Amino acid sequence: MKKSEPRIFPLGDNALTVSFGNEISPELNREVLDLADHFAKKPFPGLIELVPCYSSLTVFYDIGLVRKNSFEFSSAFDAVRKKAEKALENMENKKPTPNRLLEIPVSFDPGVGPDLEDITRKKNLSTGEFLKIFTSNTYRVYMLGFLPGFAYMGEVDPRIAFPRKKTPRKRVPAGSVGIAGSQTGIYPIESPGGWQIIGRTEIKLFSPEKEDPTFFQCGDLVKFYDSNR
Amino acid sequence: MSLTVTKAGVLTTFQDLGRAGFAAQGINPNGAMDVLSARLVNILLGNPENRAVLEMHFPAPELKFNQNALIAIEGADFSPSLDGAAISNGRPIPVKSGQILGFKKKLRGNRCYLAIKGGFKIEKWLESASTNLRAGIGGFKGRALRNGDLIVFGRECAEESGAATFFLSPFFSPLLFQNEKIRIIPGPEFEELTALSESLFLKEEFTVGLESDRMGYRLSGPGLFLLDELELVSAAAAFGTVQLLPDGQLIILMADHQTTGGYPRIGNVISADLPRLAQFGPKDRIKFETVSVQEAENLKIKMESDLNLLKFGLRERGF
Repeated sequence: MKKSEPRIFPLGDNALTVSFGNEISPELNREVLDLADHFAKKPFPGLIELVPCYSSLTVFYDIGLVRKNSFEFSSAFDAVRKKAEKALENMENKKPTPNRLLEIPVSFDPGVGPDLEDITRKKNLSTGEFLKIFTSNTYRVYMLGFLPGFAYMGEVDPRIAFPRKKTPRKRVPAGSVGIAGSQTGIYPIESPGGWQIIGRTEIKLFSPEKEDPTFFQCGDLVKFYDSNR
Repeated sequence: MSLTVTKAGVLTTFQDLGRAGFAAQGINPNGAMDVLSARLVNILLGNPENRAVLEMHFPAPELKFNQNALIAIEGADFSPSLDGAAISNGRPIPVKSGQILGFKKKLRGNRCYLAIKGGFKIEKWLESASTNLRAGIGGFKGRALRNGDLIVFGRECAEESGAATFFLSPFFSPLLFQNEKIRIIPGPEFEELTALSESLFLKEEFTVGLESDRMGYRLSGPGLFLLDELELVSAAAAFGTVQLLPDGQLIILMADHQTTGGYPRIGNVISADLPRLAQFGPKDRIKFETVSVQEAENLKIKMESDLNLLKFGLRERGF
C-alpha cells in the first residue's frame, strides 16, 4: 500500500488532528501511537493532552503558552503543525512502541450474553464454532473512548462480525463484552448501549480509586478465553 | 463551615475548569459549561480561578448558610435573593449565618455559577473537582445535589467584611452579546457539504432542541447534506465540535461530551464563544459564521488579557 501524506487540520482553536487515513488498520494505528509517543516523551510548552484514535492523533494545547514559546509563527496552530510535521519526518527511524498482551476471561453464559444465540443462529454457527472463532483471534486496542476505559478492539472475523442493535439497550451491565460490526469492546461501567452482547468478564476495567483508573491502553493486544472451560 | 441544600434545584453540580489529561482513556473533561462565568465568580472573590463552583440551572437550588460567608454569583440571571431580598450578580456579597440564598425567576441565560470565598471543600478526582455524572464520580459524591446535602466550605467571614463597592462590568458577561453569531472554525468535513447545505448553514437559524444538556445541544434547522455519504472511523471530539447527524441535523458537543465520535465534523465553536453558547437554552436560536484559526486565537488571547486586567484591578482595590 502506498503511503499517503497525513492530513493535519484544526479541531477548534486549541487542538489539531493529524489524520493518517480513514481506515482501521494496525499499521495506521502504529503510526498514531509513534507520533503520540514522540510528543509524550518530548512535550512542548503548552501541550495539554494527546488523544490517539484509530487512525488519527489529536493534540490539545494552550494557545497562550504555545504562542509565547513560538514567536516566529502567526498562530499557535501553525506552530504545533510545524512540530507535528517535523516529528513525522523523523518517524521512519523510530523504534516501535512495544505492546502488552492481556488475556481476558469471559463467561459466554446466555444469561450474561443475551445476543449470542441470535448471532449464532443468523450466522449459521454453533455456539462452539462461534466461541472458537472469537477466542482464536488476537485483538488490538485501537483506541479508548465512549465511556471511561472503553476499548475499541478489532478486528472481528467476518464470519462473526455483526451490526449494532437497531434499538440500543437502556442498560448494559459493566463487564459486558460486545460486538459492533468488526469491532469488539467491553463496557467498563453500566451504560446505555447498542453493541451485541455476547458475554461478560469479571475483570474491572474502570477503577476510579486508582491513580491509573483504566485497565486498557491504546496498542494493547488482547485475547479472550472462555472462563467456564 | 457549611451550607445546607434546602431545595436541590434541577441540576446543581460542582464543576471547575475541567479534567484535562485523561481523554486518551475515554474520560471526558467535564467542567463548567460557561467557563468564563466560573472563572469570574472566583476572580471576584480573590480565589484561584480553578476552584470548584456550583453550576445551577433553573429551577435553581435554595441554600441555607450555617455560618457567615462571602459569595459571588455570575452567569445566568436567575434573580438571586437573600432571605427574599434581591441581590445581584457580579459582585462579592456577604451572607450571614442562617440566611437563605434563593433564586426567583429565570430572567436571562441558562447556567448560573456560585463561588464562595475560601472555596468549597470538594475532594478532587484525577486533579479536578468536576462532577462526572456518567461515571458517578468527582464533585459532590459524583452526583447532582439533593435536598438535605451538607456542603462544607473553607472560611468564615466576618459579618461586615467584603461588602463590595463595585459591580463587574457587564462587558464581561457572556449574556451581553447573546444575539450575535456563534463563530466556528470549519472542520475537516465542512468542505464536503453540498453548496446548498453550506449556504444554508451560514444563512439560516438553528434552534436549540429540548433534549439539549451538558453533553450536547441538538439543533433543529434546515437539513444539511454532504456531497457523498461518508463513513468515518472514530476520532477525537472536543467541547464545541459541531457534528452532522445522519438525519441532516446538527449537534454541538458540550462539556460532558464523549471523548471521541464518528460523525462528520462541520466545525468547532471557538473558545471565546463557548461561554456565550453555554448560556443558550432550549428554543434559543443560533446563527453561525466561520472565522480563521488565527482570528479565533486572537479573540481568546484578548479574553485572557481582559481577565488579567480585571484581576489586576481587583488586586489594586485590595480584593
